This record gives sequence, C-alpha cells and structure tokens, in this order.
Amino acid sequence: MARLTVNGSARNVDVDPATPLLWALREQIGLTGTKYGCGVAQCGACTVHVDGAPVRSCVMPVSAVEGKRITTIEGLAVNGVLTRVQKAWLDHEVPQCGYCQSGMIMAVTALLKDKPRPTDADIDAAITNICRCGTFQQVREAIHAAAKG
Amino acid sequence: MLIDTPKVSRRAFLIGSAAAGGGLVLGLRLPFGPEPARAADGAPEITAWVVIRPDDTVVIRIARSEMGQGTLTGLAQLVAEELECDWGKVTTEYPTPGQNVARKRVWGDFSTGGSRGIRESQLYVRQGGAAARMMLVQAAANGWGVPAAECSAASSVITHAPSGRKTTYGKVAEAAARLPQPQAKEIRLKDPKDWKLIGKPVKRLDTLDKLTGKQVYGADLKLPGMLNAAIKDSPVTGGRVKSFDAAKVAGMKGVRKVVQVGETGVAVIADTWWQAKVALDALPIVWDDGPHAKVSSAGIAAVLKEGLDAPEAFVANQAGDVKAGLAGGAKKLVAEYAYPYQNHATMEPMNATARYTPERCEVWVPTQNGEAAFAATLAASGLPADKCEVYKIHLGGGFGRRGGFHDYVTQAVLIARQMPGVPVKLLWSREEDMIHGRYHPITQCRMSAALDASGNLSALHMRISGQSILASVRPEALQKGRDPVVFQGLNPGGEFGFGYTVPNLLIDHAMRNPHILPGFWRGVNVNQNAIYVECFMDELAQAAGVDPLEFRRRLMTKHPKHLAVLNAVAERAGWGKPAPRGVHRGLAQMMAFGSYVAACAEVSVADGNKVKVHRIVCATDPGYVVNPAQVERQIAGSFVYGLSALFDQECTVKDGRIEQDNFHSYNSMRIAQMPKVESILMPSGGFWGGVGEPTICVAAPAVLNAFAAATGKRIRSFPLKNHGIQLV
Ligand code: FES
Ligand code: FES
Repeated sequence: MARLTVNGSARNVDVDPATPLLWALREQIGLTGTKYGCGVAQCGACTVHVDGAPVRSCVMPVSAVEGKRITTIEGLAVNGVLTRVQKAWLDHEVPQCGYCQSGMIMAVTALLKDKPRPTDADIDAAITNICRCGTFQQVREAIHAAAKG
Repeated sequence: MLIDTPKVSRRAFLIGSAAAGGGLVLGLRLPFGPEPARAADGAPEITAWVVIRPDDTVVIRIARSEMGQGTLTGLAQLVAEELECDWGKVTTEYPTPGQNVARKRVWGDFSTGGSRGIRESQLYVRQGGAAARMMLVQAAANGWGVPAAECSAASSVITHAPSGRKTTYGKVAEAAARLPQPQAKEIRLKDPKDWKLIGKPVKRLDTLDKLTGKQVYGADLKLPGMLNAAIKDSPVTGGRVKSFDAAKVAGMKGVRKVVQVGETGVAVIADTWWQAKVALDALPIVWDDGPHAKVSSAGIAAVLKEGLDAPEAFVANQAGDVKAGLAGGAKKLVAEYAYPYQNHATMEPMNATARYTPERCEVWVPTQNGEAAFAATLAASGLPADKCEVYKIHLGGGFGRRGGFHDYVTQAVLIARQMPGVPVKLLWSREEDMIHGRYHPITQCRMSAALDASGNLSALHMRISGQSILASVRPEALQKGRDPVVFQGLNPGGEFGFGYTVPNLLIDHAMRNPHILPGFWRGVNVNQNAIYVECFMDELAQAAGVDPLEFRRRLMTKHPKHLAVLNAVAERAGWGKPAPRGVHRGLAQMMAFGSYVAACAEVSVADGNKVKVHRIVCATDPGYVVNPAQVERQIAGSFVYGLSALFDQECTVKDGRIEQDNFHSYNSMRIAQMPKVESILMPSGGFWGGVGEPTICVAAPAVLNAFAAATGKRIRSFPLKNHGIQLV
C-alpha cells in the first residue's frame, strides 16, 4: 500500500512499491491522461510533475514519490478553465493524434515555470519529448505564445 | 536462407491465390443506403451521413478513421458545405463496421490509408450532405405548403423568402427523415468557387480533449470487470511456442491466467497490465525459432544485391531502347543505393480489447480500417457477422501500421476466448511493438544513366531489387505477379506519375521477399524511390555541369504540374541567389498519392558530419485543399517523419529477429532538430490528391542534395547514422 497525493487529493494505492508511478496513476487511480510510450524514459509521453518538477513517471517507482505532490494532465485545468499552455495549444491547434501531448504539455508547463520567457535554445534543451506525428513546429509557436500571454 | 524470389513466370499462380482476401463480401459503394436508421439517442437520420437532433445539433457520420491527420474535420467540412448547416453545431460520430455490413455498406470504405480518406470519399459524402439539405428544405416547404424551389437554406435555417417564414433544421428533421432520398443524379453539388467551408482553415473538431487528458485512446479503455493482458509473440516470424511454465508465475500478484495465443504467442492475463507485464517477463518460454532463425541483415542484403543483376524483372515504365541508349551515351554514370527496414513506431503501441461469449464477440480497437478489424474479429472468433461488432477508438498514430494488419485484434480475441464473458484489454509493450512491426520494406536500387554530348539525360535504367508489400499482404492485388506499389512515383502516369521525360527509359523491379513482414508505411515506397531518383538527378546534373534545377527543367517540359511545384520552391527559397554563409541548398520533386510536391532544403554541415537543417520550403498541389491549416500541419509533420527515417531509423535482422526494441536504438527526432518549414499550398483544381503522405518523400532527397552541395559527399545507404552523420 502506498499513499500518494495526486492533483491535490490523497490516494491509497495497493501496489507493489516497485510499480512505476505511471501504472499506479493509470490503473489504480484511473487517470489515463498520462500515457505509456516507451517505459524506459525515452519518449516523455508519461511526464507528470512531482513537487513541481517534470518527471518521467514510467521509471519512477511509487515508493519514491510517497508524500510528494504529484500533478497529472488532469490536474492542470481547474474547474474546466484551461491553463495558458493548454489555451495556447488550443489556439495553435498543436495536437495531431494527441497521444504525446499530455507529456508535452506537462514538460512545457514546467519549463515556463522555470523560464517564463524561454529562448529557442531553452526550448530545445528542455523539451525532449518524442512526437511521431511531428507537431514540433506548432509546439514551438505555442510555447512562445503561451510565454507572451 | 529462405527468401522468396518470384519469377515473372509465376504470375498464374499468384493470380490464382486471389481468394485469400479479408473475408467480407464488399458491396457497391453507394452514397446513401436503402434503410435509414435512427441515431443511438433516437435522433432522426436524414441520410446515412447526417443526423439532426431537435436542438439543431448536426451529427456528421465519419467512416474513415481519425489518427491525427485531421480527416475527421475535413470530411465534416465536406458534408457541412453541402448541408448548409451551422458549423458551430457540428459534432461527429463513427458508424460501426457491423452497421456498415448490416446496411449493405452504406458508408462505403472504412479504410484509412494511402492518403485516401478525403480524396476517395469526397464525392459521396458531399452528395450525402446535399441530399440531406434537399430533404430538410423539402420538409419545410411541405409544412408551409409552398414549392421547395422557393425556399433556401443557410446555417441550419430554412427561409421561404416570399413569405418571410423561417424554420430550423432541428424542427423539420423528423419530417425530413420520412421523405424519400433524392437519387444521385438529382443532386447538384456546388461549384468549387462557391465553397464557403471547404478551403477554410476551420478549427479541428477534436482538439480540446487531447489537452486535458480526457481523450480516450485504445490503450486507455476501461470496461466494467475488465482484465489486462500482456503478450509475447515469437520473436522470429515463422517461429512458434514450444513450451512455457505457467506454474512459475501463477502465484504472482494479480495474475489470473497464462494462455497460449495461437501457435505463436503467450499471454499473461492479470488484474492490471503492469502485473501482467511483470509476470510475463518472469515467465519461462521456450521458442522454436522456425526456418528463419539464421537470417541476418547481411544475408538479406546479399540476396537483394543479386537482384540488381537478375535477368528477370517486373517492368513499370519503359520508353525507347535503354540498352542502346546506355551503350551509345557520351558519358555514363552508375550509382547503387540501399534503403532499410523501418518501424512505424506509433506513439501508442498496438492494442485491442475483446469480450467473447459463444453468442457474441465485441472488439474495441484503434484501427485505420474498421472493416478489416471486423474481418479479423470474425475469423478469430469463428462467429458470423451478425454476432460480432467492432468499436473504433481514437488512434495514437497509425502511419499504416493499423491499416492492413490486425494481428493484435486476432490475438485479443484469441485471448478473450479463453476468458469467456470477461473483457480483456491486450496492450503490447513498446518492445513487442518494435519487434513485431509490419516493416517498411527493404530495397536496393541501381541507377544507370547516359548523358549525350550536350549533357542531356539520354538513357536511364532504374533497377529496384527488394521486397513487395502486396506479395505479403494482399497477393490478390498483384498484377500478373507485379507489385505496382513498388513503383510509387515512377509510373508513366496516374497518381504516382514520373515527372521526367527520358527518351530511353526502363524502370523495373526484381522481387525479393525475405521473411520479415513488410507493410504500408507513411509514404512507403515513394520515400526511397524519391531518394533514388532525385539524388541521382543531382549527380547527373553535376556530371553534366548543369545547375540541378535547370537539368530537371529540361526533362520536365511535358510535366507542367510537377514543374510548377518545383519552380515554386526554387523561387521562394531563392535558388540561384546566394544562400546565407555556410548554408547550402538541395532540391527534390515527386508526385505521390495524386499530389505534386517539391522541397528545397537549406542545410549547413559542421565537422563534416553534424547536419543542421535550417529551413525547408515545400510546395504542394493536391488539386483541392479542404483545410489549409491541417494541410500545413501534415506537411510539417511529414518532415519529422521523413528526417527521422533518413538520419536515424533502421531495423536490422539478427538470428531471424529484429534487433531494435525501443527508442534508444530506434530514435525519432526531437524539437531541437526541427527545421523551419514553409509550406506553399498551390491547389490547381480539377483533381483530388492526398496530403498526409506525399511530402515525406521529398524530405530526404532535398536534404541529401543539400548535404552533397555542402560536403561534396554522396551518401547512398541509409540511415545516415551508419555513416556517423547526425541531425543536430
Ligand atoms: S513512457 Fe515514460 S518516457 Fe516514454
Ligand atoms: S501528436 Fe501524435 S505523437 Fe504527438
């Protein structure tokens, strides 16, 4: 049994402590917005925030995040009000299939907290998520738009 | 080594095996069917494509699959254009394959591949929208007792101008649904110049849920009482399960059952997928690797190489006398190329959920072809069509992997049959997905050409040796043994027409089919064909001492649409004018999937191997553009797919199996490597071309030509990482 704080709520999950956070979120807590892409910290589809920092949840055992604040894609918009990153994503129509976009949005949200006006070089260094549909051109535009407004 | 080498003389047998189709008897494609039905919520169906709710909501039925390419929005635009409905009230739904069969294929083809989603259904979906509008207007006119000709419709409102009366679609929908449907010949579609919605960059209908985690993909599906399965299939195609020791994992947490899946797979069914995967990894399995256990990449390459000289080959394009032309030229040039196996690597790994009882089998699956998934369900369940159903779930990418092959559906049903009544979700691990692809086929190519005394191309022999997709996937579609898909971009005409006139020409294919299963891929064969042709064109231009644009233009006078896109990129990129310091340009053009595409890449190279692609200017003429914003996104995305393939992607074979099993060994480019893409959309009208795939093929040759301009080096085997060259 592990005690997790997810999107502000305390949750008890009955899993082996080595279980990756990704699967506890998806299968025990039912938050499937966080995606499985590779399972080995390569693609970023599973990115969530742990105490505000972006983490690839597919390689993060639940035992390591007990007592920490976990935020998933479902925890960004409050009462249906989109965050500025989500709004920029909507305005710039970033998603194609959308499967990578939860992780992309979580990574970008963390970047903008760190660097409110990121340069292209900042973006290149911080955003290493894979998008097989190839939305990078719109991702970059939307990041700059979100930073501006 | 076992490699299938069909001879031209085998044609009779290959045609004779045509019966091995999908299992569905496919009827005629009709714009709308005989028995209209209500929507699930009871709202009236006007035509098969249009349901109108009393609150004026318009539900547009979409038969093709949305996998990110925007086809759902584009198809809705086509219907709505003719329906004259309020775009703000449009939603969409997928009819199911079972309904399509029950209604004599009223929605036509569900297959979503080959960039066909819009271009092959545009006519009948527009007719479906127009017919619904006519019926709604007629119903309003009947209610008012006036001739329909005096009424008009706009934005879901019907107006009788002489009396000033108005009503809405929602109010007359019930009456309209009872009217007879007009015949196709009574329907007059709008002139393209009157389009208000087609050609506009309206927002996609499916964005919001992808931003909040709400969008349900196949991998996310939850059903009451559902269990989860993880699977390992024989790592070598042609191998099978010898034995496995279920007792070793039976006591592990959450494990419900360990099952064999057909002859070739073993699955663990558990409460959660993670539990299933952990148990599967601990499960001892003994494989019989079968007849291909010794095959290696080197062995395959040797067989393909032999095909470059083979006396027998299937011919696609021929003019003059190539032998004489090559012998008589003033200058001769020969170059050999090789292109590898590649995986689709959709972000969402393959998956399907199935529930089976002897009375009914249901499958939930992200698929590019609901009907093919349905056929797989029928075959694996052994149940007739009226006892099966498939529900299409949103796809986390397709790129061809989820179109023709539904191995994961077959597996899911075979697993569910061993847990009757319980829904079981089968999800492949990334590793399973990587080593059980339906790979972009492998080929080699020899280009032999002669230039005449004035530096013009007088003879060209293009010999392709390698794998046929159709021979593996749809042998019934071979044409006298010949696989036409091999020749994408190289045909004398049609939707993959060759853009050059060469007086003595031969383009042919020696078919060599290794055991690795090939499949359609985004762009597929046009990708390497464009490299072979367009890189060689640059080599020839150089040998002739002629500018590459000018060299091409001389061969393109009879191909004005090919030439128009090439000229457009050259002009926008400033071809012939100095590039920024250290930057070099490369060109490429091709026709694919009915569209004309060209690109000019601007590249700089550091230390001889670090390639920065600064900018790519791309032009496309797809005839008509339905949604320019989505077309631009497909184009930009195509460069990500194409450049990842060029620089990094190769699946190699060792001991009969694919070696790359995750993104660390099968990389995909990141945002830092993304060039700035400038799209020029130049629809010339009169034809409908695709947009999801054509552009990929010009990505690689344009960059390779720019790389050669920068370094003087011609790389002819791929990916570039094998030569120590990186995309930075
Ligand atoms: S699933 Fe975690 S990084 Fe890919
Ligand atoms: S939008 Fe499809 S993988 Fe990124």
